[in-house]
Amino acid sequence: MDGAQLVAVRLNINGAVRTAHVAASMTLAEVLRGRLGLTGTKIACNRGACSACTVWLDSMPICACMMLAVDVGTRSVTTIEGLAQGETLHPVQQAFIDHDALQCGFCTPGMIMSCAALLKRNPEPNAEDVRAAISGHYCRCGTYPHVIAATLAAAKAQGG
Amino acid sequence: MSVAKQANLRTAVFPSGIASVGLGTVERQIPADEPPPLPPNNELRVIGKSFPRPNGPAKVTGAVRFTVDISLPGMLHARVLRSPLPHAVVRSIDVSAAARRPGVRAVLTIADPANPKSAKLGYVGAPVAAVAAVSLPAAEAALHLIRVNYETLPFVADMATARAPASPSVHDHETAPSGHPSGFPAAANLPLNGNVRGPSLVRRGDVIKGFAEADAVVEAEYSTSVQTHCCIEPHAIVADWRADGLTVYMSTQFTAGVRDEIAETFGLPLNRVRVIVDAMGGGFGSKSSLGNYGYFAITLSRQAKAPVRLFLEREEEQMDAGNRPGTWQRLRIGAKRDGTLTAISLVSYGTAGIGLGAGVGSNAEALYSCPNFDGAQHDVFINAGPGCAMRGPGNTPGAYGLEQTIDELAEKLGIDPLALRDRIDPSPIRREERRIGAARIGWSRRRRPGADSGPAKRGLGVAQSLWGANVQTNAACEVRVLRDGTVEVLSSVQDIGTGITTVLAQTVAEVLGLRPDQITVRIGDTEFPPGGPSYGSRTTASVTPPARTAAWRVLQHLFAEAALLLNAAPEDLIAHEGKILVRQDFDRALSFKDTAAHLRTDRVAAVASRSDDYGGFQRRAGQDAALAQRDLGGVQFAEVAVDTETGIIRVERVVAVQDCGRPINPRQIESQVQGGVLMGVSYALFEERILDQATGRMVNPDLEQYKLVGVRETPQIDVVVLENYQGQSATDAYGIAEPANIATAPAIANAVYNAIGVRLRSLPMNPAAVLAALGKVAYRS
Repeated sequence: MDGAQLVAVRLNINGAVRTAHVAASMTLAEVLRGRLGLTGTKIACNRGACSACTVWLDSMPICACMMLAVDVGTRSVTTIEGLAQGETLHPVQQAFIDHDALQCGFCTPGMIMSCAALLKRNPEPNAEDVRAAISGHYCRCGTYPHVIAATLAAAKAQGG
Repeated sequence: MSVAKQANLRTAVFPSGIASVGLGTVERQIPADEPPPLPPNNELRVIGKSFPRPNGPAKVTGAVRFTVDISLPGMLHARVLRSPLPHAVVRSIDVSAAARRPGVRAVLTIADPANPKSAKLGYVGAPVAAVAAVSLPAAEAALHLIRVNYETLPFVADMATARAPASPSVHDHETAPSGHPSGFPAAANLPLNGNVRGPSLVRRGDVIKGFAEADAVVEAEYSTSVQTHCCIEPHAIVADWRADGLTVYMSTQFTAGVRDEIAETFGLPLNRVRVIVDAMGGGFGSKSSLGNYGYFAITLSRQAKAPVRLFLEREEEQMDAGNRPGTWQRLRIGAKRDGTLTAISLVSYGTAGIGLGAGVGSNAEALYSCPNFDGAQHDVFINAGPGCAMRGPGNTPGAYGLEQTIDELAEKLGIDPLALRDRIDPSPIRREERRIGAARIGWSRRRRPGADSGPAKRGLGVAQSLWGANVQTNAACEVRVLRDGTVEVLSSVQDIGTGITTVLAQTVAEVLGLRPDQITVRIGDTEFPPGGPSYGSRTTASVTPPARTAAWRVLQHLFAEAALLLNAAPEDLIAHEGKILVRQDFDRALSFKDTAAHLRTDRVAAVASRSDDYGGFQRRAGQDAALAQRDLGGVQFAEVAVDTETGIIRVERVVAVQDCGRPINPRQIESQVQGGVLMGVSYALFEERILDQATGRMVNPDLEQYKLVGVRETPQIDVVVLENYQGQSATDAYGIAEPANIATAPAIANAVYNAIGVRLRSLPMNPAAVLAALGKVAYRS
């Protein structure tokens, strides 16, 4: 890449080990999108203000634009592409469709990763818990009410 | 009307009226080759039901491709060098070092010292040069090698200063934008006096006489902040210029319009330009045209003979991707004791930076019955990035002033604000919306202003919106049935998140007796029939009637085949639940699929275009568009709690009662209205582009210091949508996106007044503004 020193990083992504040659300055979001073709992770502000780039580091939602790829180490990364089980959508993904919790869909992958992480750590959330979980996300289309409804429905659907 | 044309018309009887009030009928003359009237939603199987979006699965799995996700073989990456100065002339520019840098494939000088008009830079962030290179970091590095010699010019970065005669001039007659014959975004041929352009005048009756006849007069001044669009997906384009034609992938609200613009700009024949958008990450008015960045990417691709991707960084989004202009307005309204209006006068000054279009719209002129009106609207140039249309342009800042003035008038007359509107608002739609909304919010709970004794004070407010029902007549749709029974709908119309994909699938499925998931919707590509723009709340109104008509015409082909097989007359056949049936004898039936298998050719298709509204338009708007007879109604109620110690306004609940003709997908409409309301809450309480007066720079060109509504500030939003039939088209469906945004901020403002008894007259209504209004802190300019 443009004469910059490249380093090989091994990343555990969506259950598979991938190797990418990256500049040390590249963020995880840039590597996912630009090197590994995982474009489901979106960059919108590129400085941790909007959470569109949310992925899981182990099971913690983080902004992928705020972490250098070389700092990921051995921790596992889960992106929106790794959330469904084969053809079966994650309950949060299905609920987003059923409740029309998306409009343009650009903030949606990040929003879903935060809501799915919430259900993992708290299978029986209330609306306040959902608000807390997505309080760092911006959706300019204004899907928040339907996102709350969808996440509560997903919790119910998975027996929470 | 010619005899021949009359022969092609037939009389049809349509449902008419508001479903919750009671339906009657209306007789219309309709083209003979258009389908019969569509019954009300309660008699339909697919239209009026909340089917999920066909593109939902691709959106929730990350599989869908936005423009920023597109990567072509050999694609280059572009970046733009931007002016650090608010007003300057480029005296010299040296791009040779950048051009020599390894990896750089093309350099474009945008501000050309040899061309005085292009050499002049009018705002911080104005483009100076652009580079395409093999990687984004290479392009970025090359920008640093460009040497520019700027001659600084005096600048002005606020409207009040710009209006003063001694102010530095932003434009001269050479560089000043000239407006448009259509009047949008601003009228042509208006005088330019210093930095002030206009006024644009509208007059009827005699306001002097009207004010003399008034028993009560209210007068007040209002100002609104500059709001930026903040699309979460940035503006983006991938341009691929080849010898045999140009293909452009672009995040756009109008593929067909961008194609026209490119063809004209680059001197290309229309059939050599193709514009494509799959998923589109929000526009709100700011992605309606090619834009300067689109021009740069295409030019760089042509120069480099390779595809070029260009997207804006967030800071560029905030500085050079359009904005809702800031406004100042003075309103004066006179009325009789019983509320009858006698005169309205409006003077406004607004600024769209170096651009035009900062008017406050038509609310004051047209929302209420008033014989005497005098409006004078001005654009003021300042050294800031150009504004552009944003969700309900003009009428959104305009309603903030007008609807507060009406609220103030009601109080002065001692009349309830709803009762006053019942007297002065001629719309039967909004009358019903007021009735429904008042019951839903519990309007009878409303108390006198400032009634709460403690520091936290609650209040209720109401405001209305006015928005025209736009129709793009240059809109068409193709429907195909293939021999295996599959169905496709094709149009260049784009789904920007509003859900037209679902709506088209439902419209066609209803005609063909199929389920929406059996219809493949292929849109967002200028290879298909022109679908019109996704702005002006016109998409559904423009493209669903031709979709239904095309589907109906294709069905007649299938009926002709089936009639032979069923030994029945084509006119006795109906399409129902995947079958073609004989109307009087349901046992005689063929499956849709079996019927298609008998087609003479592999597929049968029909293309239909948008005919004029049945009963005619209110008026045409240029060659390609028109305004329907109806307006799109909307009344919103807000309940707020104001903490008079901290100045924080909390919007607890909004009830939005809206009209879009025939609702096609209620849940998607609910999404649209929630989005409009939230953008209004955000406008009311948080949003403000702040320019540093010493440097002309935006000090909050990001998403953390530029404040937006988040989920924590999202109120309970009750959405009620009327079913309003008027028999105006093959679907009788109209738009919703913009009307849902207009009334929110003034409804909140009126609720705040009701809570604290002090009126806030400027946006945003943030804690500093509240505390200043309460006299607790010094006034903040």
